[in-house]
Amino acid sequence: MSTTPFLVLSAMLFGVGAVGVLVRRNAIVVFMCVELMLNAANLAFVTFSRQHGNFDGQIAAFFVMVVAAAEVVVGLAIIMTIFRTRRSASVDDASLLKY
Amino acid sequence: MIAFWVLAPIMVVSAIAMVMARKAVHCALLLAVIMISLAVLYAVQNAPFLFAVQIVVYTGAVLMLFLFVLMLVGVDSSDSLVETLRGQRVTAVVLGLLFGLLVVVAISQATLGSVVGLADASEQAGGNVKGIAALLFSRYVFAFEVTSALLITAALGAMVLAHRERLTPKPTQRDMVTQRMHDYATSGIHPGALPGPGSFARHNSVDTPALLPDGTVSELSISRVMRARGTVRDVSRDRAGEREIETESRQIEEGNT
Amino acid sequence: MSLLYLIVAIPAASAAVLLLGGRLADRWGHLLGAIAPIASFVVGLVAFVQLANGTDEALTQRLFSWIDVGSFHVDFALLFDPLSAVFVLLITGVGSLIHIYSIGYMDHDERRRRFFGYLNLFVAAMLTLVLADDYLAVFLGWEGVGLASYLLIGFWQHKVSAAVAAKKAFVVNRVGDVGMALAIMLMFTTFGSTSFEGVSAGMDQATSGTATALGLLLLLAACGKSAQVPLQSWLLDAMEGPTPVSALIHAATMVTAGVYLVTRSNFIYDQTEVAQTAVVIVGLVTLLWGAVIGCAKDDIKKVLAASTMSQIGYMMLAAGIGPAGYAFAIFHLLTHGFFKANMFLGAGSVMHGMNDEIDMRRYGALRGAMPVTFATFAVGYLAIIGFPGFSGFWSKDKIIEAAFGENLLIGVGALVGAGITAFYMTRLMLMTFISERRWTKEAHPHESSLVMTVPLIVLGALSLLGGVLLFNGWIVDWLEPVVGPEEHAELPIPATMITILVFLVVLVGAAVAFVLYGRDKVASNAPARVSPFTKAARADLYGDALNEVALMRPGQYLTSSLVYADNRGVDGAVNGLAAFVGGTSGSVRRWQSGFVRSYALSMLGGSALLLLAVVAVKLA
Repeated sequence: MSTTPFLVLSAMLFGVGAVGVLVRRNAIVVFMCVELMLNAANLAFVTFSRQHGNFDGQIAAFFVMVVAAAEVVVGLAIIMTIFRTRRSASVDDASLLKY
Repeated sequence: MIAFWVLAPIMVVSAIAMVMARKAVHCALLLAVIMISLAVLYAVQNAPFLFAVQIVVYTGAVLMLFLFVLMLVGVDSSDSLVETLRGQRVTAVVLGLLFGLLVVVAISQATLGSVVGLADASEQAGGNVKGIAALLFSRYVFAFEVTSALLITAALGAMVLAHRERLTPKPTQRDMVTQRMHDYATSGIHPGALPGPGSFARHNSVDTPALLPDGTVSELSISRVMRARGTVRDVSRDRAGEREIETESRQIEEGNT
Repeated sequence: MSLLYLIVAIPAASAAVLLLGGRLADRWGHLLGAIAPIASFVVGLVAFVQLANGTDEALTQRLFSWIDVGSFHVDFALLFDPLSAVFVLLITGVGSLIHIYSIGYMDHDERRRRFFGYLNLFVAAMLTLVLADDYLAVFLGWEGVGLASYLLIGFWQHKVSAAVAAKKAFVVNRVGDVGMALAIMLMFTTFGSTSFEGVSAGMDQATSGTATALGLLLLLAACGKSAQVPLQSWLLDAMEGPTPVSALIHAATMVTAGVYLVTRSNFIYDQTEVAQTAVVIVGLVTLLWGAVIGCAKDDIKKVLAASTMSQIGYMMLAAGIGPAGYAFAIFHLLTHGFFKANMFLGAGSVMHGMNDEIDMRRYGALRGAMPVTFATFAVGYLAIIGFPGFSGFWSKDKIIEAAFGENLLIGVGALVGAGITAFYMTRLMLMTFISERRWTKEAHPHESSLVMTVPLIVLGALSLLGGVLLFNGWIVDWLEPVVGPEEHAELPIPATMITILVFLVVLVGAAVAFVLYGRDKVASNAPARVSPFTKAARADLYGDALNEVALMRPGQYLTSSLVYADNRGVDGAVNGLAAFVGGTSGSVRRWQSGFVRSYALSMLGGSALLLLAVVAVKLA
């Protein structure tokens, strides 16, 4: 079957994820939206892997997953630390670094 | 193909719902739906290894981590949906749509050619997993090793960040007793155990506050989490009903006599 | 190796020891300070004998290469020629006497060691000035004596008047120094050399314009250092310094540096009629100017200062006349160095005995109380008015003669100056030593100690006998290698007549003074109702007022308008630009809101824009 629908789906998921990052204030939810964007990209990788008939795309998706896992671990630890000191998980509250 | 057309709408709807859901836990669950669907789409596209990894890593590990942190952090933080940054939401949606539209236009304009498919490649390598492994440990071996370093660093970093150094010795039972008596002496905080939840003829649940002898609610008996979630049971109506029953039974008794 | 350098090195080393030694040197500092110029004098005397007996025109010693840049070479070398020789002997000889005198005069001063350090510094600088064989090295000494003069005028810096006078002397001298600096630069650009030899050799090819410019610039320098009109205003104020300083620096040596410079630069002035005339006019104006001021002052030191100004006017006049006058300018400089130092030290002795009273109207009849001071002062007095036989007679007479030879008008001016000199000096003598006593009860006039009177006696003897230098025309012959042979101009009246005429004018001046101050009682306070001439003379002939109106006020207006222009114009532009940038940044930095989400929004916007560009290019 054609790969175009997969790619369109990937683009849509990516867009929705991006809007989520911009709209939500809960740091954890923002994180989830970032994960959604990463997964959308993974879908595109896998789709292109099939398109071109080799495994390089799948390997790329695999690496994205590994990196995303590491990122989630560190990111959530940071969120926890911030929450511990500021009693808030809102990304808007951490806005001291400004003019 | 059927799988795609069944799953694609579910995924898009779930994604939109995830962005709009008020509670973080719902978001996590919706994300799980998307991820499992994605795993199925991987399987459909001749990527069984990634299918397994997606399930194990994402749905299994990452999402569990999310839920775990949510339980630690997110209970008190109710995510207000009122936007504070002026124009942020509208601009974000417009830009998101524009972005998605542009990508779709770009994809539709691109000439992708016929799909090669992975059947040949899998056959040549002796299977999907073997093919990936052959690539991973030859061409991508350096990236693979670096990734291992990254994972170790991330694990260490998370431990350092989450670790809280104990600066004072752990209080012993004697210390705690002294502290309690001290608090009682200075600010009148009762040294005994907090009152348990109220028990009522029809209920025996933590969401029911205990009543004091004069009929008012004891604030101490309400769990902090329950109050934050707003799920504390309103007992005023129960008390009204109780009084009704009392009057009725009295009237019945009077009628009997 | 020649020991010439020791003449400068000894006082310089002594000054270094005294000024850097601190309190360690307090007990013996004044002795070291007094010995240094004596040692220099001895070395100078040896060199003098060597020069007089030898066949060489000059002794020279090249010390080191000072500046060696491209085509510009300046060697630091000493030149001990006849002109330098007499100066060295005057400076170290009179200087030694004044140093010895200072031991007694500054006895009660806590900072005596520092005083001697400054005096030694002065002597070293002055010796550098006269021994240098290069205008640049002269300039070094020139600035050195200026510094020493500044330090010594303001030695009693706790007195505001002293500090102000020191600053004034320094600033006025700067004007002259600019002239000197410009002259040196002009020499460098024109001749490529600043040594006497090089400039002298180059003058043959120099245009008259260059010669005139050099002459006028050097005259400006001389005016500053020698307190000649129009840069005369600092000298009277300089009397705020201790009296030995006035005697050494502001009478005998430093103020004559201008005369030295003009005489030394004779090879320049011989080429330019204009500059010579300018020197003569400056000299004439100053000699009358100083004499007139001297008539009206009641402060004994200021009278002597005005007199110094006037006498240096004579020297400048003689130096400006040219070969006919150079030798007499130097001769008068020497005799003046003797008798003026003598009188200044005498005045110091009087002040020492009178509790530092300086007003002559509070003196009177001091001849009994201070016989030695009186006697030596009287010798100096007779010398300065030109009483026959005394040193001043020989020198001044020759100058007036030369002035008559130059021009009748100038001669008459010099003659009148001699008469006025006689008047004010007689007035000083009468008011201080002769007339009835006017001192208050607190004053206990007494003769000074031996350490102060011996220098007075020596200087008195020199004032009396200084004329022997002219015996058989010795001074003229001696200076001939430097200034060239003397020229005799046609005199409108015979020389003997001039001498008699001068004597008569002097007698008239002295007689007028005797009539005015010798017979009547002298008022203890200066009379307030006086003629406008007296008022003008008391106000230094409005020299300060003129400077204030002509230079200071316009300068202040210029400065304040420049400050205004700077504040409003230059700073305004700069500050305006800064304010503009600051204001813009102030509004732009609001974009840096600290909200991660707005940053992310701009990132998404940027990506969308890029994508739009790519798609647009691909589709087009």
